[in-house]
Amino acid sequence: MMNSYMKPTPVSKKFFTPGVIVLVVLAINGLTFLFARLVFGIGSVTNLNNQYPWGIWIGIDVAAGVALAAGGFTTAALGHVIHRTHYQDIVRPALLTALLGYTFVALSVSMDIGRWYYIWHPLIMWNGTSALFEVGICVMIYMTVLYIEFLPIITERFINHVHLRGILSTLNRPVEKMLLLLDRGLSKVMFVFIILGVVLSTLHQSSLGTLMIIAGPKMHPLWQTPVLPLLFLLSAISVGFPMVIFESILASRSFGLKPEMKILSSLGTMVAPILGVYLAFKIGDMFIRETFVYLTEFNTASVMFVIEVLFGVIIPLRMFLSKEVLKSPLWLFIASSLVIFGVLLNRINNFVTAYTPPYSFGSYFPSIGEISVTIGFASLLILLYRIIVLNFPIISLPDKHYTPHTKFAIKGSEQ
Amino acid sequence: MKKQNRRDFFKTAAILGTTIAGISTKTAKAEAKNILSEDRMGVLVDTTVCIGCRNCEWACKNAHDLSSGPLEKYGDWSVFKHMRRPDAKSLTVVNEYNNPKNANIPINVKVQCMHCDHPACVSACIVGAFSKNENGAVTWNTKKCIGCRYCMVACPFQVPAFEYDKAINPEIRKCDFCFERTKVGKLPACVEICPVEALTYGSRNDLIKIARNRIKRNPELYKSHIYGEYEVGGTSWLYIASEEFQKLAFPKLNDKPAPGVSESIQHGIFAYFVPPASLYALLGGLMWITKKRKDSGEAE
Repeated sequence: MMNSYMKPTPVSKKFFTPGVIVLVVLAINGLTFLFARLVFGIGSVTNLNNQYPWGIWIGIDVAAGVALAAGGFTTAALGHVIHRTHYQDIVRPALLTALLGYTFVALSVSMDIGRWYYIWHPLIMWNGTSALFEVGICVMIYMTVLYIEFLPIITERFINHVHLRGILSTLNRPVEKMLLLLDRGLSKVMFVFIILGVVLSTLHQSSLGTLMIIAGPKMHPLWQTPVLPLLFLLSAISVGFPMVIFESILASRSFGLKPEMKILSSLGTMVAPILGVYLAFKIGDMFIRETFVYLTEFNTASVMFVIEVLFGVIIPLRMFLSKEVLKSPLWLFIASSLVIFGVLLNRINNFVTAYTPPYSFGSYFPSIGEISVTIGFASLLILLYRIIVLNFPIISLPDKHYTPHTKFAIKGSEQ
Repeated sequence: MKKQNRRDFFKTAAILGTTIAGISTKTAKAEAKNILSEDRMGVLVDTTVCIGCRNCEWACKNAHDLSSGPLEKYGDWSVFKHMRRPDAKSLTVVNEYNNPKNANIPINVKVQCMHCDHPACVSACIVGAFSKNENGAVTWNTKKCIGCRYCMVACPFQVPAFEYDKAINPEIRKCDFCFERTKVGKLPACVEICPVEALTYGSRNDLIKIARNRIKRNPELYKSHIYGEYEVGGTSWLYIASEEFQKLAFPKLNDKPAPGVSESIQHGIFAYFVPPASLYALLGGLMWITKKRKDSGEAE
């Protein structure tokens, strides 16, 4: 393996900061509304009704959540499938984000469906014609795969560090042995799961796009197109690296570390081509179906579409083409945020804005309860991320114990 | 990952391949049906005959254990001021529209599930809780439903309703074509009670003939359009009217079955698991080649 100065290490910082306290408050607020939903039903906290059966819990928590967790499979493909090993340092943070992201997607789905205790039904009750069934099964399997991919991080953390106390101390050696065995077994079969994870991701990322196709004329023509699965897949791939960059810069700031600009800029160079392909398909589809006529109307749909494409695709695409942007942490952060914003808005548009029921008595806007739960889940996710990063070897830090044996390790060029 | 040799790689890949193939052939036994019988039943609604008495609303509630109140209350026509939609507490409703030909005789339209021949709900449901039965009825199975409401997103007629006020076992409610009644030879409750025979229950093929006949015999009265004959590939419930259907708040739909595009994409992606399996093989190959190249690069 390539020797490097960086090594995944638990970050040693204290947990509580003013920001963390704000997140805790937001999380508690969200959980309160969630409790009300469990006791009094979905209608009591949401603005959903028979006209608008799906709101932001599906549009943001689920659809955007899955898309924004795409950093997991894109970096896995980069680092493990095509062996670009110099990206190794970002694979673990991306994996953790994906793992937490999907866990919260699953949580959000269970809270959005009316009978959360039947969430396991799709495992044994199959409907092959349903796009939602495909998404559900793929997400469940992929989540398992993500947890398996995460196991080596847990074994790494505890091998040679098993110190059970009291009577349990006799178990130290067996537990240690088991961990070693697990670690060795995992390293042999892990490639199966890594490829599986990439395949499953491409499948359900695209099938999420198929979901709304069956709504037919209930969906605004600016978004309703048979190539939706492809657009969803492309946009998910395009948001993968920006998401990694975004988190990496945020985490560095939060933990007082230096952003790994070398890796991040070279990740950034790959964003523009992918965004370009996505934009080409989106605009191409618009011209083939001649939906640009709807842009001449001035309404919510046309405004949202323009914002989505202009600020979420075209501007960041131009930014990622600029060398200055790729070099500067701040600009790289802004450009990445725009791509994330674009995909987030795209999912909201597809699932909420575009949905125009034939008989509606007013339009849908999320309730305080819906917004609180969405923000609460996001806060919980960030808090869990922090806890895990402080306790497990996720983020790569300069290795203090490492002394270079060879001369060709060029320290100066790392900066 | 490190000590992966070529043989191990193929061995594990082969095991995984067979597992996936095994899963794909072993389709879970499903009670959900999607039968399109030649003899399926239907109802012809002649909106020119309907007098808006709303007795069908009352009978429907009684047949489905919903609180109905006294029949006399249904004579209250003030409800016609606003368009109403079926919901979890009333599976059918009657609306009233102006009649441009004769303002004294408004047009009344009964609304309920259309019981599509190619139902979007049956196709969309994540657990196969909906069935298209042999007699034409599209029914819902409470034992399977998880309450995801995708059927509501999919339905082109915006019919399924959800019990938003229930925390435990909320149901999807819609007209079930009186499945329990027709099973024992009874008429659907609304058809039975209709005092003016605005509703005709019969085999769908016969109903189309009857409808065509009525239109032919009275071309001044009827628009020459049987709503539901071709819409979204055909529906069990059919309507004839003296006014354009769009003016009576019927959605304008094309003749293609609602699940069509979605299902062909779905089947395209999952053609016997060939595309996912090929992608798996491709990535596996890529992984192996790049690893070999990297290893030999390091050895030099």
